[in-house]
Amino acid sequence: MPDRQTPSEPLRVSILSQGSYLIASIHTALDDSQLLRFQRDLIERIGAKRARGVVIDVAALDVLDSFGSRTLRDIARMSRLRGAETVIVGIAPELAVSMVRLGLHLDLPTALDLEEGLGYLESLTGARAQR
Amino acid sequence: MTSTTSDNRTGDEATADDDLLLPELVAHLRENRTQLRREWANRITGAHLLTAMTPQEVFSEATSVYDNYVGVLETGSVEALQDYARDLSERIIPRGVETHEVVGIVLLLRDVLARSLFEKYHHDFGLLNRVLDAYEPAANRIANTVAVSFVQERERIIRQQQDAIRELSTPVLQVRERLLILPIIGVLDDQRAHQLTEQLLGGIRRHRAKVVVIDITGVPELDADVANHLVQTVDASRLMGAGVIITGLSPEIAQTLVTIGVDLTKMNTVGDLQGGIEEAERQLGFKVSRANGDDA
Repeated sequence: MPDRQTPSEPLRVSILSQGSYLIASIHTALDDSQLLRFQRDLIERIGAKRARGVVIDVAALDVLDSFGSRTLRDIARMSRLRGAETVIVGIAPELAVSMVRLGLHLDLPTALDLEEGLGYLESLTGARAQR
Repeated sequence: MTSTTSDNRTGDEATADDDLLLPELVAHLRENRTQLRREWANRITGAHLLTAMTPQEVFSEATSVYDNYVGVLETGSVEALQDYARDLSERIIPRGVETHEVVGIVLLLRDVLARSLFEKYHHDFGLLNRVLDAYEPAANRIANTVAVSFVQERERIIRQQQDAIRELSTPVLQVRERLLILPIIGVLDDQRAHQLTEQLLGGIRRHRAKVVVIDITGVPELDADVANHLVQTVDASRLMGAGVIITGLSPEIAQTLVTIGVDLTKMNTVGDLQGGIEEAERQLGFKVSRANGDDA
């Protein structure tokens, strides 16, 4: 993992832990290597926090290319292997339309916003965000 | 159309006379107004034009059209001509008169008047030629302008109606918490489909909707483009976390969609709006029961 050693740029993704869930917010558009780093960090954190679910908030994004949507799908699959379900939240109307136009099929659970996403995970895992 | 003879005016020596020809011609047409008008009205009925109107109506319309026609011949004013044509179109379009009928009656009038000119001047061929040189361009211009303005008037009405339909548009209504319905009435064209997507996605966000019922009972037909657009709209809604139920697909639309091969397998469809709302309530966990307890 070569670019592990270059954490120089400002934070573009925040990963917060909330009870047994992780909340990852993407703040600006990510390039491919940043996406991969995000993927690595998140998968690692799932184990460290013993997370049961992951919410990825993309509300700040106005575009998502095919690599981006594939990475999100990969993250969801990897997370499941590590024992956590993933839900994508906050897709804006314009982003939704452009993704559909580009034929990008997310094939992932989606929800309107963070609150909805957490509600979805709760219904899925039966766990409580706070105990 | 026939824009003839206007440029092959030859002899310069006749120009002074020519200036007098048109007034003379107009005077002739005024003199024989009653007879020519009746003949024209008979020709209209004989040609089975203006069948949407009664003979009396045809006759009275013919009278005013005739007077206007001669007036325009006399003044040659383009504005008067346009006013006249617009007025004519406005009057007769609402009565269901078709384009070919309007062009037809104007050409008939042109013909009737030309014949009367033949009759009057047939003894002097040179004069007849000059009379026709004066008459034909003016008559052609009238026919042309009437046809153009009739079509323009029709297009204006169509545009007006399109605007009206667009304003009626597609309401997004909340019927229960997190449940929206979109009743679509009328033909769904490309532009309206885009507007629908925009309003639906905005509505999902505004009302925090989880389920949307799109009812297309009132949509008479659906082409492949619009159907695919609908599929995309459903996908986009899902990306925003809302499921879509489509209701009220008519037998015709169902057959078209399957025949043209639009993939609707991912779409959740229910027969009618009631069924759609019941399904949506089930998904949202609502239970509806009668207040007096006698459960259906």
